[in-house]
Amino acid sequence: MDVEAMHIANGIVNGTVSAVFAAFAALALAFCAWRARADLDDRLAPMAGLVAAFIFAVQMLNFQVLPGVSGHLLGGTLAVVLVGPWVGALCVSTVLIIQCLLFADGGLTALGLNITNMAIIGTAAGYLLVAGLLRVLPKTPSGLGATALVASVVGVVAASQGFVFEYWLGGTTQLSLPWVSGTMAGTHVLIGIGEGLIAATTVATVARVRPDLVYALRRFRKPPAPVPATTAAASATVSGGPA
Amino acid sequence: MTRRLGWFLAGGLLVALLLAGVVSNFASGSPDGLDATARQGCTFDSHGEITGGDCMARREQDHQLADGPLAGYGIRGIDNPYLSTGLAGVLGVLVTFAVGGGVFWLARRRSPGKV
Repeated sequence: MDVEAMHIANGIVNGTVSAVFAAFAALALAFCAWRARADLDDRLAPMAGLVAAFIFAVQMLNFQVLPGVSGHLLGGTLAVVLVGPWVGALCVSTVLIIQCLLFADGGLTALGLNITNMAIIGTAAGYLLVAGLLRVLPKTPSGLGATALVASVVGVVAASQGFVFEYWLGGTTQLSLPWVSGTMAGTHVLIGIGEGLIAATTVATVARVRPDLVYALRRFRKPPAPVPATTAAASATVSGGPA
Repeated sequence: MTRRLGWFLAGGLLVALLLAGVVSNFASGSPDGLDATARQGCTFDSHGEITGGDCMARREQDHQLADGPLAGYGIRGIDNPYLSTGLAGVLGVLVTFAVGGGVFWLARRRSPGKV
């Protein structure tokens, strides 16, 4: 079975808008790289390589969502849970760049559009959901799985609407925008559920085997408990009060 | 890097290689959500060429690197489709791990006092 192209091809969105998003994607990735350095240690760096390789593999596995329509994992939420938002966005971008250059999937002109949607918008939306949900849900393998499931659906639909925004700005055809938005949202809710099941299984498995390798379990902690008023007042007197 | 982490990475990589090398051959061949949206409104012949109608895919242009040896997740010159897709997947996983892992490893924060 041939794996077909699965990202935005050249010519769907015009050259000017594609160039603007290429510049935006480059800036966003530079910012991610800057923030990622604080997270990248001896343990996270090889883990990030594995997450990228795993996302590449699973993106090849198109699953049927409707008659004649399939979908595949995008990977943003999975990456956020395992290696954090900044490194995660870089992992998804690595996959997209290799797919574009080596496998001719996703137009070269459209690379900035694809990175913006899947590596930046999808990852950012997934991150907001994961960070929010882990304040409420238990930090157990099942809690983490449920978090990944819900965040994946939101992340994938957000990424699909990124395309709609780009098409609105520079689409080369004049299709009705509500139709494009509705069709993309509808199919991507289903794709998001599929992605969510894969992401949930993966993160729950890693959380069982090596919980110390799950970024979301180590770093997304609740803010430290407020210091009791008396201690705070005492330390204020010591450090900054009248001497 | 500890030996325990090494085993975990090896296991994870093995799963990725199996998914891309073997399971990929059982993936759905239908266009994905984006591609299906881009094709809606047009009619196609058995070769996938547009025969009429109006859709986004009408304005689609060829990939600049469409003649590459791995273009379209296959290996040019290998006729067996299972072997071609599987090997392309295995190569993709290895290249992604090498490039991604290599860049992240070089960019990592080194703990002071450790080489």
